[in-house]
Amino acid sequence: MGAAEAGGTATYLYAVAEAVPDVDDLTGVAGAPVRTVESDDARRLVAVVSSVDAEAFDEQALRRNFEDLQWLEAAARAHHAVVAAAAGAGPVAPVRLATVYHSDERVAALLAERADEFAAVLDAVRGRSELGVKAYAAAQASPAEPAPDTDRPGTAYLRQRQQQRQQAAGALERATAAAEALHAALSARAHAARRYPPQDPRLSGEREEMVLNAAYLVDDAGAAALRAELDRSADPALRIEATGPWAPYSFATLEQR
Amino acid sequence: MSTGGLPMPGRGASPAHRQESTNLADILERVLDKGIVIAGDIRVNLLEIELLTIKIRLLVASVDKAREMGIDWWEHDPTLTVGQRDLAAENRALRQRIGELEAARTADDGELEAARSTDDGEAG
Repeated sequence: MGAAEAGGTATYLYAVAEAVPDVDDLTGVAGAPVRTVESDDARRLVAVVSSVDAEAFDEQALRRNFEDLQWLEAAARAHHAVVAAAAGAGPVAPVRLATVYHSDERVAALLAERADEFAAVLDAVRGRSELGVKAYAAAQASPAEPAPDTDRPGTAYLRQRQQQRQQAAGALERATAAAEALHAALSARAHAARRYPPQDPRLSGEREEMVLNAAYLVDDAGAAALRAELDRSADPALRIEATGPWAPYSFATLEQR
Repeated sequence: MSTGGLPMPGRGASPAHRQESTNLADILERVLDKGIVIAGDIRVNLLEIELLTIKIRLLVASVDKAREMGIDWWEHDPTLTVGQRDLAAENRALRQRIGELEAARTADDGELEAARSTDDGEAG
């Protein structure tokens, strides 16, 4: 125990799994090879890890790197690639980016301390993956120009603006209702669903307002049913973006201690 | 549907998935916010991570769009992170200015009230 020494290594944790995945050809964060740490426990939990330079992953370095978009992108993609590869071998509980321990022994201790919780998480996601669905209020065509009223151009302009506002409000209302219906239909076909707050248009980079941001936990049959439902329910009020299958990020959560 | 790195079920042998094609915002949303959230031994303040996550998303949303258009100058700009900290300072300065303006308005309102009551007195 104790702080990492200069020139020492630390253990970067990607995920907790049941089976040892084929990681021989994998490259993880900072180009490090990927390997595993197994618990002594009868449950045979497996931590998927890399050795990293302790100084490059200490608190100062991480805080600095989290503001460096190039570093963050490389780390996030590498981290996600390892998680995805591990998910190919069996149920996996993805761990948050930049979860670093002083040593392999610390990771083994973690597996032992929280074995019951990890086992429960892995049971919940066994044979299942995550589909992501985002829906936006579809862009509306501009309302028809009102007949020009040359005697009262100001009034005509104000009336047009009021029409536009009313149409936009109506469109958003329809989109919101359509999103609720879609979420209900998709949830009914999934083992579990998680709904997230809609992203501000400034965050999503999209002009339209997001009316649904959700993740669904499904096995293969459920995934097919969900995709069929998405195809079937093409509501003109919505623009839908579906992603996946993902490793079950949204459903591999530990209860708060 | 873009995949999250896993083979699409029920579609036979899938081609090797190119990670680069998966949307960065979707990846960051998952690896930063979801899954097993435990402290680890390296204690980066979790609240700071939440704030960083928001800031990162602000960046990522616009970065992805810009990249699509072939714009990527920031990848070679060493002053980018400095610019982010300037935003915080600008924020503080703006808030201070708003405070000054509101204080001045309150003072103006007070003077206006005083002038009115003087007029009333004279008219009364």
